[in-house]
Amino acid sequence: MAKIVGIMTTSHVPALGRAIHLNLQQDPYWKPFFDGFPPIHEWLERVKPDIVVSCYNDHGLNFFLDKQPTFAIGTAPELISTDEGWGIPSMPSFPGAEDLAWHIRDSLIRDDFDMLTCQEMLVDHAFTLPMALMWPDQKWPVKSVPVCVNTVLFPLPSARRCFKMGEAIGRAIASFPEDAKVLVVGSGGLSHQLEGERAGFINKEFDLKFMDSMVNDPQWATQFSDLDLVEKTGNEGVELLNWLVARGTVAGPVKVVHSSFHIPISNTAAATMLLEPV
Amino acid sequence: MTRPQKRTIPGAPIFDSDAARRGYALNKMCYSFNSKANRDEFVSDEVAYCKKFGLDEAQIKAITTRDVLGLISVGGGVYFLGKLAGGVLGLDMQDIGALQTGVTKEEFKAKLVAAGH
Repeated sequence: MAKIVGIMTTSHVPALGRAIHLNLQQDPYWKPFFDGFPPIHEWLERVKPDIVVSCYNDHGLNFFLDKQPTFAIGTAPELISTDEGWGIPSMPSFPGAEDLAWHIRDSLIRDDFDMLTCQEMLVDHAFTLPMALMWPDQKWPVKSVPVCVNTVLFPLPSARRCFKMGEAIGRAIASFPEDAKVLVVGSGGLSHQLEGERAGFINKEFDLKFMDSMVNDPQWATQFSDLDLVEKTGNEGVELLNWLVARGTVAGPVKVVHSSFHIPISNTAAATMLLEPV
Repeated sequence: MTRPQKRTIPGAPIFDSDAARRGYALNKMCYSFNSKANRDEFVSDEVAYCKKFGLDEAQIKAITTRDVLGLISVGGGVYFLGKLAGGVLGLDMQDIGALQTGVTKEEFKAKLVAAGH
């Protein structure tokens, strides 16, 4: 039986791609963020997950506004990193966990989540950077299932809906008949805003409350609408929806293996958490 | 048609249905910047490239004057504009932030650092 062994949530600031490429991990500006990862590397070495289910948002690589799905899942055999126009070096392709991806896809649709199914898929920095942060040599020891949430075009799926989709993904993983250790990733956030007269907005108090809620009150943020989240966390802070999908996959309590928080990385309150089901 | 009044958040433009309709050509052009050949073509003749994608005069003016708030007001979505800013013009998000908020880049960066205290 497949089993969720952990939830790893992290910011995916595009500038991290450049910092990784230039080996700036020990540079004083970047160090506080990258220092969050050695404990996660130790955990990965010990637990050795087989499959990553990554909940993230595409920024105009696989999807454009001609067809913008609210939720999508990648069942492709190969998930391809390529030029996304932001100047981020591309990475080696990621093998898809096809059997689990199709199983989750079938299960979600039967569970009333109308997924768009991608048998070919490009993955951008929101998918690739968490992988490169976990496995810096970029030799992926896992297969992956990308689950993509629309954070581009408002209205966004509600926080409540995202959490419920996470619950449905958790049920799908639990009913997958093959043995597999699954790590769920939630990519993005926390508070940041790139556009408008309020560009540079960061809300440390909200972020710390949200991180606490991931452990102690997982549905706390589901009370907020998409526009509430913009007001409280900035236009791009809404990426915490991916954290909520990820957190929803584990029904019971979790314990913190590692947690770090640093302001700023680029325009972002950068946060990383590794949680384990209790 | 009378439409319900929209909720607004000061200083936080929302990329919603109206923006997506208004900005489709502009965003489609920016989406094309996922390819280096297209980035190079834009750089070689910006206005001609804009016209190829059907941008209107207001959108072309916002492009040529590097008016970031203007680009948003004519329907630009930030993730698409990011390809123009980062991939084509070589600006980072602190440059973009400073341009929109009327401060220097150093002042903008100082504000970000202060948000952590």
